[in-house]
Amino acid sequence: MDLSTHKVSIIVSQGSLEGIYPALIMANGARAEGMEANLFFTFFGLDAVHRQRHEHIKISTVGNPGLHMATWAGGLPGVSSVMTHYMERKMEALDIPSIPEFIEMISDTGAGLYACQASVDLFGLTKDDLIDQVEGIITVGDFYEMAVDGHIIYT
Amino acid sequence: MTTATIAGSQVELNDEGFFEDPEQWTEDMVPELAANEDIHELDDKHWQVIRFMRQEYFAHGTGPTVRALGKTSGVSVKELYQLFPKGPAKIAARIAGIPKPKGCI
Repeated sequence: MDLSTHKVSIIVSQGSLEGIYPALIMANGARAEGMEANLFFTFFGLDAVHRQRHEHIKISTVGNPGLHMATWAGGLPGVSSVMTHYMERKMEALDIPSIPEFIEMISDTGAGLYACQASVDLFGLTKDDLIDQVEGIITVGDFYEMAVDGHIIYT
Repeated sequence: MTTATIAGSQVELNDEGFFEDPEQWTEDMVPELAANEDIHELDDKHWQVIRFMRQEYFAHGTGPTVRALGKTSGVSVKELYQLFPKGPAKIAARIAGIPKPKGCI
């Protein structure tokens, strides 16, 4: 099926590893099918495109029942880092790229990367705080204009 | 499954237009297969990717994904999308006469 006339707009609102990867996989997969894809980073999702932070994205170990560990244990110092390290090793073995590498690749596929104006204002950021692949800081209205007649995925 | 005539030979294609049997493919079918994908001029890079797809398919049983192509074919991800705008791995697999590559990344 020719999907090249289809479009998907993916909103990334979380700053955790498990909040970011699915959105990146969806965007990359859409481009691989020939679809137009745009990623919009909002709220804590901005960390995925933050120069200083995107290399340090962690798994959320508190309030995450999927990890099957006691809630109190998830909050202990260092647990999030250890779990993230463990997951990153497993991902590396499967040749899943790191978040910075993945985002660079997605940009190379021709997908658009955008940051949310309201969130950038809220966190006191500027374009310089964000990686070069971010094409612009846009409003919700700009987002809808770009997303019109396509699918919207919120993660 | 449908039967199509490509470069004068009958080949079997699945519902998505991929070859059922990669052995039915010959290089002289490439210009016609590419034209069916709106690629009307084939340069050396197209051929490099197409041959690489087949090589990987026969070595591993599946064609490479875009990421694997970008890492190992000698053609960058950016270039791959310029060569095959409607999806490099998918379109190159159709032209190379192999099944659709499996893989999420």
